[in-house]
Amino acid sequence: MAYHAPASLKEALDRLAERDMRVVAGGTDVYPAQGAAPFGGDILDLTRIAALQGISRAAEGWRIGATTTWTQIARADLPPAFDGLRAAAREVGSIQIQNAGTVAGNLCNASPAADGVPPLLTLEARVELTSTTGQRVLPLAEFLTGVRRTALQPGELVSALLLPNPPAHARGAFDKLGARRYLVISIAMVAVVIGCDAQGRIDHACVAVGACSPVAQRLSALECDLIGQRPEQVAVTPDHLAPLSPIDDIRGSAGYRRDAVAEQIARAIRTAGGQ
Amino acid sequence: MDRPATPVTEFTLNGTSARATPQPGERLSRMLRERCGAREVKVGCDAGDCGACTVLVDGAPVCACLTPAHQVAGRRVDTLKGLASDPMTQKLSDSFLAHGAAQCGICTPGMMVAATALLRETPAPTEAQVQDTLGGVLCRCTGYRKIIQAVMQAGAPLPTPVQGDGHSGAAIPRLDGAGKVAGTEAYGDDVAPIGTLEILLVGAPYPRASFTLGDIESWHSANPGVVAVLTAADVPGRNRFGVMPGFEDQPVFAETETRFRGEPVAAIVAPPEVAATLDLSLFPVTWTRLDAVENVADATAPGAPLLHPDRAGNVMVTGFVACGDAEAALAASDVVVEGRYATPFVEHAYIEPEAGYAHLDGDKVVVHACTQAPVLDRDGLQMVLGLSPDRIRIIPTGVGGGFGSKLDMSVQPYLAIAALKTGQPVRLAYSRVQSMQMSTKRHPSELYLRIGASADGRLKGFALQGRFNTGAYASWGPTVANRVPVHGSGPYFIRDYRAEAQGIHTHCPPSGAFRGFGVPQAAIAQETLFDELAEKLGMDPLEFRLKNALNTGQPTVCGQVFTQGVGIRACLEALKPDWSRERAATEAFNAENTVLKRGVGIAAGWYGCGNTSLPNPSTIKCGIRADGTLVLHQGAMDIGQGANTVITQLFATALGIPTHRIELIGPDTDLTPDAGKTSASRQTFVTGNAARLAGAALRAAILTRVNAGPEATLTLGQGRIHVTDNGRAHVIDLSDLPTDADGYVLGASETYDPPTKPLDKNGQGVPYAQFGYAAHLAVVEIDTRLGTIRPLRFTAAHDVGHAVNPALVEGQVEGGIAQGLGMALMEEYIPGRTDNLHDYLIPTIGDVPPIETLIIEDPDEHGPYGAKGLGEHALIPTAPALLNAIRHATGVAIRQTPVTPARLRAALKEAGHD
Repeated sequence: MAYHAPASLKEALDRLAERDMRVVAGGTDVYPAQGAAPFGGDILDLTRIAALQGISRAAEGWRIGATTTWTQIARADLPPAFDGLRAAAREVGSIQIQNAGTVAGNLCNASPAADGVPPLLTLEARVELTSTTGQRVLPLAEFLTGVRRTALQPGELVSALLLPNPPAHARGAFDKLGARRYLVISIAMVAVVIGCDAQGRIDHACVAVGACSPVAQRLSALECDLIGQRPEQVAVTPDHLAPLSPIDDIRGSAGYRRDAVAEQIARAIRTAGGQ
Repeated sequence: MDRPATPVTEFTLNGTSARATPQPGERLSRMLRERCGAREVKVGCDAGDCGACTVLVDGAPVCACLTPAHQVAGRRVDTLKGLASDPMTQKLSDSFLAHGAAQCGICTPGMMVAATALLRETPAPTEAQVQDTLGGVLCRCTGYRKIIQAVMQAGAPLPTPVQGDGHSGAAIPRLDGAGKVAGTEAYGDDVAPIGTLEILLVGAPYPRASFTLGDIESWHSANPGVVAVLTAADVPGRNRFGVMPGFEDQPVFAETETRFRGEPVAAIVAPPEVAATLDLSLFPVTWTRLDAVENVADATAPGAPLLHPDRAGNVMVTGFVACGDAEAALAASDVVVEGRYATPFVEHAYIEPEAGYAHLDGDKVVVHACTQAPVLDRDGLQMVLGLSPDRIRIIPTGVGGGFGSKLDMSVQPYLAIAALKTGQPVRLAYSRVQSMQMSTKRHPSELYLRIGASADGRLKGFALQGRFNTGAYASWGPTVANRVPVHGSGPYFIRDYRAEAQGIHTHCPPSGAFRGFGVPQAAIAQETLFDELAEKLGMDPLEFRLKNALNTGQPTVCGQVFTQGVGIRACLEALKPDWSRERAATEAFNAENTVLKRGVGIAAGWYGCGNTSLPNPSTIKCGIRADGTLVLHQGAMDIGQGANTVITQLFATALGIPTHRIELIGPDTDLTPDAGKTSASRQTFVTGNAARLAGAALRAAILTRVNAGPEATLTLGQGRIHVTDNGRAHVIDLSDLPTDADGYVLGASETYDPPTKPLDKNGQGVPYAQFGYAAHLAVVEIDTRLGTIRPLRFTAAHDVGHAVNPALVEGQVEGGIAQGLGMALMEEYIPGRTDNLHDYLIPTIGDVPPIETLIIEDPDEHGPYGAKGLGEHALIPTAPALLNAIRHATGVAIRQTPVTPARLRAALKEAGHD
C-alpha cells in the first residue's frame, strides 16, 4: 500500500497502467465514501500535476483542467454564459469543499445530485479522457452512464473538460432547491443558458435538470419550444419534463420534484433572460 | 520510477516545520491530532458535513477530515492554536468571548479558522458574507446569531465589559470561555495520550438479529496485533445498564439477540496502527436477521414480537393525569377542535461524538468521558463492573454538546471494561455513524388531541392520548411518558383534563432525553390546535391565550396551586407590540405578493424544573485555603449552557466576594460532591440553590468569627480576610486556623432538594417546585410554488424568574430556537438511512434568522434569588410558533413534522394553491 503523488500526467498514467489505484484529488467524495474502512490498495493523488489545473482559453473554446477546484471556477473571469456554472460552484458543499473539490471529481463521482453537472451540460461540455494509449473525448452526457457509473475505462484519467465558446449574448443561471440554506444535497436543481435576440425573444436555449433522473438531463423538447418565446412568459409542460424520472427519497417525493423543477426552470430562464 | 512518494510528510504547521509519517490515505485531521498533537482540530463527522476540523492549507480553509495527509507535503497548515498569535485572530477570539459566541466550544476552532480566512480578505464583512463563509461549519448550541455578531464586529472595539463583582444579574462572559476560543479545551477524544490503545465496536447490521460468535481465538491469532477481544462474557458485573432505577435493561454487549441497528456484540482493543487497518467485516460473527417492529403500530399489533418479555404489548410505561371530567366538558363545549399529529425521531446531533479515555490508578478505574451526569455514570459502572463506588472515578472531559443524550452512558462501560481487562489505558471515540446509530433520540410521537371551549373563549375540556416510540431500551422513556401528561395542557387553566402517554418498545435506537422530554412534541399539537380553536371562536390567537393563561392561585392540571411566580401572562403580554406590528406588516406584504406569502405565529410553553415528584438533590462544597484562595467544588456539568459561570455567580453573590476571585474545581467524582445531572433545566435552580446556601454558610462562618453583622463586607487578601462591619474593620488571619482534610481553613457544604410531592393515580400532586414559562413569536415567508419556508425573525419572551446571567439566557434562548426550528422544518432521523449529517439535516448559519429575547423576571420563591430553569423552555414554543405562522401565511395546517418543502407543497396543492 503506497501513496503516489506524481508531478506529471505521464507518470500518473504510467502508474495507473500498471495497476488499478484509488484516484484522489480534493478527497471530498473519496473520504465520505470510505468512512472508517481502511484503504485497501495504492492511492494516486493528482493534485500535484500542473497540466491538470486551471482554466484556459483557446480559439475553439474553454479548457477546464480536471483538478480545477470549484473555488477557482467561482472566482474565474468567465463569460456570462458561465454564470450558472459559477453559481453552482458556490453551491457545491461548503467553502471548505469548494476549496478542495475538483470539477472532474464531481463528474467521476457521478452522483445524480452533482451540482456541477447541469450547468456543464448547458455549456455543451465534453470530457477529455487520457491514458497511456491515447486520448478520447466524450460528450458529458455520454461520459455519465448512470448512478455512480461513468464511461471511464481502466487506465484512463479525466484530464480536462472542453467547452465550446457559447454565444456571446447568452447568460447562464442556476437554481438549487434544498431543505436548508447551506451545505445541502439538492432536492432538484436547474441550470440554463439563455440568449435573447434584439426583440427580447429567446434565440438560444439550453436547459438541464439534476437530481431528477439517474443522470442529469438536458430537456431538448423544452429547449426547442423556448425559441422565440420571451423569458418571462415561458410555460413548462409535463411533456417537456418527460425525460426526467425522479424518485421518492428522504429529500422529496417524485411528484414534488416534477412540480418544483417546472417552477425552477421558469425562474432560472427569467434570471438568465432578464435584462 | 516505481518509488512511492516519500513516507515522511514534511510541512509547515503553524509556522514551524513539522514531519510525520502518515499511513497512505490517512486523513489530515488524524495526522494533525494523533501524530502532531494538534488536538484543537476537532473531528465531528469525517465526511465534510460539520466543518469542525477546518484548517487553513496555504491560507485556504479546508476540511482536514477530507484532505489526504500526504497532500500537505511542502504546504503550510494553520490551526486555531497557530492562528492565536495572529493579531486578527486574537481580536476574533476576544470578540467570540465578549459576544458569547462559544457555548460548548466544539465548533469554535472550525468557526474561528474559517472566519479568519474571511477577515483576512474582508476585514469588515457583511452578515451575508459571514454566513457564506461559515455555512459549512455546524453549531448545535448557539443558534449562530452571536457567532455572526462576533465575526462582524471582530474589528470593532469590544463591548464595554460588565463592571462590578460579577454577581447574580451581571452579564459577565462565561468563566470557562478562554480555553474554548483558544482551542485548548479538551473534549472526550482529546485527553488520551498519543498511541493509546483504541477500542473498536462490532455492531448489529439489522434492526433485529440473532447472532452467534464464531472462533474468536482463531481470529485473534490471525490478528496478533490485537490486544483483547471483549464480549458479554467479559462483563465483570451485571451486563445491564440504564438511567432509571428498575429500568436497567440495556446490555453492554448483546448476548443472543440484538434489538437495534448498531447494537454492540463485541469490542476489539488494539494499538492505533493495528486498529487503522483492521477489517471488521472479517470478525467471526454470524447474523440471522429476524422480523423487527420499527414503529408503534407494528409493535402493538397482535402477535408482535416482544422486546422485553416482562413488558406485555411492548408497553414500557404509561403516564396519566386527569382532573375534572374531560369527556363531559368536551361534550358541553360550544366549539371543539381535534387533531392527530405525528413527529419523527430527532437526533441530538451535537458536534462532538461520544468519546473518552480510561486507565487504572491503583485499584481504581478512572474514566474520562464527555457526560452530562458523572455520578449517574459512576452508578451505572458500579453495576456493570461489580465494583464499589470508591473504586470508580469519573473525570468528565469538556462536553461538545449534550442536549440530553449524554445523560446516558455510551462509551463509558466499554472503556472501563477494556481498561480493567487489559490493564492498559484505552480510548474510544464513536464515529458519527456510530453516534447516530447508538445514541438516544427524541421520541417519535403519535398524538391525538381534542380541545373544547365555550363560546366566550374559555377552555373547557381537553383530552390527550399519546404513544411514543421509546425504542429498544428504557433510557429516559419513563420520564417522557410521565412528563407529557403533566405538561400537555400547556400553561393554561383547564378544569377538565385527561392525558395518557405510553412508551412503546420497538427495534429502534433507544429514545431518551432530548431537551424537553416529550413536551415539545405535545406542545406542537396543543398550541397549533389552540390557533384553530381561536379561529373557530373568532378570537385573536394571542387574546385567546391571554384569556386562558394560568394565573397565580389557579390549579394546574395536576392540582398544584402556585401563589406566585406564574409568568406566562407576562410573557404573552410582552409579545403584544411585535404581534400587532408583524401581523399588520404581513397583511401589507401579502396584499402585494402572490407567490411569496408571509405569516406570523405565536405559541407558549411551560416546563417544570427538576425531577418529576422525585428527589434530586445537589450538593455544593467550598473552602478557603490558608493563603486566601477561595475554592468552589462545582460538580454541575457545564455542557455549554453556562453552569460553571451561573453556579459561581450565585455562590459569589451569597458569599459577598467578587466572582473572579473564585477558583473552580471539578467536576470529578473524587473531588466534587454530587450536583446531580445536567438535565430537566435543574442546574441553575437546584445546584444554584446549593451554591447559594454554601455561599451563605461560608459567609456565616466568616462573620461569626468576628461577630460581624449580616451586612458586613468581605475582602479576601493574601492569607487573610478583611471584614468591614458598620465602619469597624476586622482581620481574620487564615494562617492561624487549622486546616481540614481538604486543606481548607474555612469551608462549607450545602445541599438543596426541591420540595415536591408524589403524584397520585390521577397525576394529582406537586410534581415540581417551580415552572419556567415562555412564549415565542415567529415570522415566516413561504415560497408557495416550491413549499420552502424561510423564517424571518423570532421574538422570544422567557420568564426566568431572575436572570442570573442575561447573556447566557440569550444564548440558551437562541440555541433552543435553532433546535426548535430544525425540529419543525428539517430534522427526521430514520434508522439505517440518515446516520450522517448530510442526510440528517440540522440548521446551518443561513437558516436561523434574527432573534430578539425578552427577559421576563417574575421571581420564584424557591429559586436562587428568584431564578427559574431555562434550558428546555427555549425550544418548546418554537416549532408550534412556526407551524402557526405557516398556517397564518397559507391557511394550511400541517400535522406532521418536519415540514419539509415537499410536505408543505403537497399540502398547499391540496388546499388549492397554484
